[in-house]
Amino acid sequence: MVHDAAVAKHNRLSKRHSGLREKCHTFFKRGILTKISSALVIIFILIAIFCPYLTPYTPYEQSLRNKLKPWSKEHWLGTDNLGRDVLTRVLYGARISIVTGVLSSLWAAVVGAALGLTAGYSRGFLGSFLMRLTDAHLSIPPLILVMVLAPIFGRTILGISIVIGISAIPSYVRMVYGQVLSLRENDYVTAASVIGQSNFKILLKHLLPNCIPVVIVMFTSNVSTAITIEANLAYIGIGIRPPTPAWGVMISEGYNYLVSYPHLAIAPGIMLMLLIISLNVVGDGIRDVIDPRLRGKL
Amino acid sequence: MAETVRENPLLKVEQLKMYFPLTKGLLSKTYSWVKAVDGISFEIYPNETFGLVGESGCGKSTTGKCAIRVLQPTEGRVVYKGRDIAGLSKSMLKPYRRELQLIFQDPYGSLNPRQSVFSILKEAVVLDRERHTAVEANERVDELLTLVGLDPDMKSRYPHEMSGGQRQRLGIARALACNPKLVVCDEPVSALDVSIQAQIVNLFRELQAKLGLTYLFIAHDLAVVRHMADRIAIMYLGKIVEVIDSDHIFREALHPYTVALLSALPTTDYYQERKRSRIILEGEVPSPVNKPAGCAFHPRCKYATETCRQVSPGLRNVGRNHCVACHNVAV
Ligand SMILES: Nc1ncnc2c1ncn2[C@@H]1O[C@H](COP(=O)(O)OP(=O)(O)OP(=O)(O)O)[C@@H](O)[C@H]1O
Ligand SMILES: [Mg+2]
Repeated sequence: MVHDAAVAKHNRLSKRHSGLREKCHTFFKRGILTKISSALVIIFILIAIFCPYLTPYTPYEQSLRNKLKPWSKEHWLGTDNLGRDVLTRVLYGARISIVTGVLSSLWAAVVGAALGLTAGYSRGFLGSFLMRLTDAHLSIPPLILVMVLAPIFGRTILGISIVIGISAIPSYVRMVYGQVLSLRENDYVTAASVIGQSNFKILLKHLLPNCIPVVIVMFTSNVSTAITIEANLAYIGIGIRPPTPAWGVMISEGYNYLVSYPHLAIAPGIMLMLLIISLNVVGDGIRDVIDPRLRGKL
Repeated sequence: MAETVRENPLLKVEQLKMYFPLTKGLLSKTYSWVKAVDGISFEIYPNETFGLVGESGCGKSTTGKCAIRVLQPTEGRVVYKGRDIAGLSKSMLKPYRRELQLIFQDPYGSLNPRQSVFSILKEAVVLDRERHTAVEANERVDELLTLVGLDPDMKSRYPHEMSGGQRQRLGIARALACNPKLVVCDEPVSALDVSIQAQIVNLFRELQAKLGLTYLFIAHDLAVVRHMADRIAIMYLGKIVEVIDSDHIFREALHPYTVALLSALPTTDYYQERKRSRIILEGEVPSPVNKPAGCAFHPRCKYATETCRQVSPGLRNVGRNHCVACHNVAV
């Protein structure tokens, strides 16, 4: 029967949504680029976690006698203008980038999803108020907003993460809001309210779990944007404060020696580039696995 | 035969209207209304099955949802157990909420794909104030599954692991978890295979006998409704055109629209079937946005007169629980 065929197809589709093994399969089937990028992302994460054990130096330890040395056995990438080991600082930079990226996206995801859910479910005055606010927020370029807010929240990792998170909130609100609007038309939401379930419980039990996939997809694509913004801020000198080994800081300091000692700026630059590209490729892969319909939207 | 005297109706709907606004532009200005339900009245008595038939888009689902206050009607009264619930707020509605249940047309869409069978039923069971302990809730879930003919071993399954018929049974079990008095069945079998349709229809009848349920049974298929319902209301474009006992519908239907619908039903009697002449209705169903003046059916009715084009006919009783809304029917 036609209907049975449709049901069978639906079953297959929904089954495809459940198996973790199949998800991994679709993910890695995308090609060599995805595999390399996943490996890179994992390496970066490992570096971020274990960097103190990877080098004998700390990123702050200066030695003016050894400044601007070329590569050697002790200092694989040489030393910078204050005699600090460049490799050590580059490795520690991964930690700062990843922590800021994840922290800011995480808090933007939590706040954005909560606001989106509220707006989508209450509609009415509160809903349109929140959405107009979001629209207004979206009309401000994120970099400019962050530049204004950065001095207020402090130029530490936490402060910068909060600021970058604020700039990312509206895109989460939009996405979740749209999702809730379509989800709440589902019969199972009507059914839940008919059996006497409260609005809040419906929000938590039926709408939120079905919004999680889009939030995850947004999150993965957001981390790399956040890292870029963090590096931008540090580079122009309003982000994380200088002695901290953020890649943006290192690029801007190394810029002064670009002709004579190019590796000072190029090493962190290459790291940044590799991390951003591999995060984007992995993010695309995750999106295709979780929700192929979002292709082109994010 | 005299009018049968009946007890108080369980649900009484009076002049129910449901208009959906059509909006456009930045400020969502309403430029027109969809008159999905346009002033209908009916009564449903305890323990009966009241059928509601009509073409797609004539407002059946909207009527059903207004009757149990899933939607708030624009106008009119919905009297349940002697109380008008049409305008009650969510908190005021609470004592009645679980007594008025709904079965959906699409069994898959009415089940959250991320909830297991057990979780779906337990959610409905624990909202019952009387049941507290986990053990009692589990027992009740098993009891409900057995009641609708599902194996209690199915508890750990997810909706996508079930057949259409099983899903519809699960939807029924969820409604029963609330100990309902009135159940609105919104085309509960039209998404199912013909062989399964019969099983589900029989399940509905069994449950009615066992639990003393009252049904508002919606369908677009007169054959199914005739099998289920005691009385049938025929809807056309937001209005009821005829209400008649289902036993009499073949011999006594008076409204031209009902007669046309009946002529489309095949019969199993060979001689009857050879005699059957189908009445083909011409033209389209007008849109509920721009309804014709007068009787909504007049553009397609071959008996239409000048009165029909100008005056909208009211529902008149022609005896034996039989009401018709047509100018050309003599009382
Ligand atoms: N939320 C809504 N907003 C606007 N118009 C609506 C809404 N719900 C229903 N309608 C309109 O009201 C009319 C009646 O819809 P309804 O769903 O009650 O029809 P139905 O008789 O149940 O049809 P079907 O047999 O296809 O289920 C339709 O024209 C529909 O487009
Ligand atoms: Mg319908």
